[in-house]
Amino acid sequence: MERSRREFLKIAGVSAAIGLGTGPVIEAVAAATGHQAAPEAQVAHHPEALKATRWGMVVDTRKIESAEQIERMVEACHKEHNVPMLEEARHQIKWIWETHFHNAFPSQSTDRISEHLEHTLLPVMCNHCENPPCVRACPTKATFKRESDGIVMMDFHRCIGCRFCMAACPYGSRSFNFRDPRPFIAETNKAYPTRMKGVVEKCNFCVERLAVGKLPACVEVSEGILTFGDLNDPDSEVSQLLKENYAIRRKTNLGTGPSVYYIV
Amino acid sequence: MLELALKGTKKYWGLLVVLGGIAGVAFLTYLYQLQFGLGITGLSRDVSWGFYIAQFTFLVGVAAGGVMVVLPYYLHDYKAFGRITIMGEFLAVAALVMCLLFIMVDLGQPMRMLNVIFYPTPNSMLFYDMIVLNGYLFLNIVVGWNVLEAERNGTHYQSWLKPLIYLSIPWAISIHTVTAYLYCGLPGRGFWLTAILAPRFLASAFAAGPALLILLCLIVRRFTQFDPGREQIQSLAKIVTYAIIANVFFFLCEVFVAGYSQIPEHTDHLKYLFFGLHGKGVLVPYMWTSMGLMFGAIILLVIPATRRHEGVLAVSCVMVFIGAWIDKGLGLISGGFVPNPLHEVNEYMPTGAEVMITLGVWAVGFIVLTILYKIAVSVKEENAGVLRTRVVEE
Amino acid sequence: MNDKGKIVTGLVIFAALVTFPFWYNLGKAAPPPEVVLTEKAKAAGECVMPKEEIRTEHMQLLDVWRDTQVRDGQTVYINAKGKAYTMSLSNTCLDCHSNYKDFCDRCHAYASTDPYCWDCHIDNPKEGE
Repeated sequence: MERSRREFLKIAGVSAAIGLGTGPVIEAVAAATGHQAAPEAQVAHHPEALKATRWGMVVDTRKIESAEQIERMVEACHKEHNVPMLEEARHQIKWIWETHFHNAFPSQSTDRISEHLEHTLLPVMCNHCENPPCVRACPTKATFKRESDGIVMMDFHRCIGCRFCMAACPYGSRSFNFRDPRPFIAETNKAYPTRMKGVVEKCNFCVERLAVGKLPACVEVSEGILTFGDLNDPDSEVSQLLKENYAIRRKTNLGTGPSVYYIV
Repeated sequence: MLELALKGTKKYWGLLVVLGGIAGVAFLTYLYQLQFGLGITGLSRDVSWGFYIAQFTFLVGVAAGGVMVVLPYYLHDYKAFGRITIMGEFLAVAALVMCLLFIMVDLGQPMRMLNVIFYPTPNSMLFYDMIVLNGYLFLNIVVGWNVLEAERNGTHYQSWLKPLIYLSIPWAISIHTVTAYLYCGLPGRGFWLTAILAPRFLASAFAAGPALLILLCLIVRRFTQFDPGREQIQSLAKIVTYAIIANVFFFLCEVFVAGYSQIPEHTDHLKYLFFGLHGKGVLVPYMWTSMGLMFGAIILLVIPATRRHEGVLAVSCVMVFIGAWIDKGLGLISGGFVPNPLHEVNEYMPTGAEVMITLGVWAVGFIVLTILYKIAVSVKEENAGVLRTRVVEE
Repeated sequence: MNDKGKIVTGLVIFAALVTFPFWYNLGKAAPPPEVVLTEKAKAAGECVMPKEEIRTEHMQLLDVWRDTQVRDGQTVYINAKGKAYTMSLSNTCLDCHSNYKDFCDRCHAYASTDPYCWDCHIDNPKEGE
């Protein structure tokens, strides 16, 4: 039993590494372990899944009129992903939240900043870096960058809770479950799992929604403030926006290559 | 040799019982932490590492400091240290046990700890830290135990130990280097992002480790028949002197770079630690105490008269140890996380439960240390006894 | 050896303690568990894999589902019969088997395993409504 399990996993691991589907794997395992489990079983993408080679987001700060607009994004995201509301500030979990320009861009803030930016709160979240320091730091590959579309993801099953990724992230985008989050989720979304205590979590660019053809939850309620798309596709809406407008990214001097742009 | 640990005085057993009691209470506290989560600590979203990891970092230094008796003896043939190499090695073993325990109590999901081995990730510094710490623990147990056993039997230690002994010397450097790399390779943490962090760690290690060793030597001399020797203690004192001066020098280099360049990302952390930032400065008194202790110790150690006086030396060593402990155990970790990446100041202080668990790990370490030192000292006493009877017979 | 008696007594006590679970449970074999199928599961008539296989192999299947879903982003599983399922413990498995206490737990308790899937995956989709 133990042997077959290990083989099962090993072959699955190899195929994942070379980018094959797991369909033939199940077949191979069935053959290797000598039982006739679903010889033709296969896995596939959802037919409507959204695909890109590098997902990115553009925040048009000019369109932000009120804090409520951002709060709506936060609410949509946190509801979608069962993010708990913890009273204790120390234990808070945030996937997307609002902050001032000088907090989001500490080294780019100046004393003379446009009045609009000075009084506007900006949404901040995981930047899904091209060169993510958190992925470099993780000792178990529990956080990893998906090669296919550049999304930096968390595998909650594998996280050991060492919090190295939190120290490595220069944007403070990661949160840790300091206690069982379940009692603090007012309304659970049954389509998405909750987390257990002792693991790290963060924005996942709504991979679970992209996989079934939906845009991220925050983008849907953003009233045009957020635009989401493929940065590598010159015809995508995000590419067009970035061509026509000047946009900045957070802490570019660190070489992380954020995928979230802010039009200022 | 283990049987030597089973025959001891009332004081020996009393010490073990007290330490065991502390460890027991701490274990119950840890069970509570396991059940509740790390929320029982003072850690937060912003200061995500705290007391546990700081103790770990400090104790890696203590472990590495043990090499300061091994190196002169084996590489420079400084015979005097032959008497106390075992004390350095066993101190390293106890310190490493504490290091590993501190990493364990810091994990959010300790039962998944082996994922580090199941999914080995060579780009993560923690992967290498696991290798060097366990490797150094293994080396010190094997070398320390076998050399001591040979000494007991009146023979020369096995020849296959020699390569391991030589290996243990660079290995000691590596454990603290890799531990520094955990911090100094992270972008966006200006306080740690400095090439001198590893050398600074080593300097403080070679000060705090031997300082503790001097104190242990003095204790051993008072409570047992074994005298580690005045010359040995004085040589260690000189090592402590150089190392603590180097440590303070490296720190001042940091202060200069940050202070003269005046780059906010670098100065803000130092400002927070020594003067407070945005009106918050819970660590300020500790940091100045640490500086005072280290500078005071330097004065007492540099002046030959006070260094040679063993009473004053003991005080100096306590000052070095506490000064380095505050510097590394409190300031270094918190200082790196405050202000946070969004330039907000959210402070950290350990909670009572956190301190209890920390005390427990120290207690376990000192249980290991007490037992190992008991064995080592008994062997030394035995041999001295044999010598004495030989002299009488002749 | 004058300690012979003591040693033998000690060994006997040790052996008795170690084998305690065996002789304590002697002749009291627990009956194999009977799992309860929900109406939905009964109506579906079949699982993603044949009954015998899913019973013995569901953990391996879930493991592959987990890695494929989380790490490769593929979400659809097509079984031997060509039927497609969403690879999701919460939304597929537990949708039919919404009675995990009478379904999952019965066998797990019998086999003395304690998986913690439900710490995160919503245990009973009907509960919160």
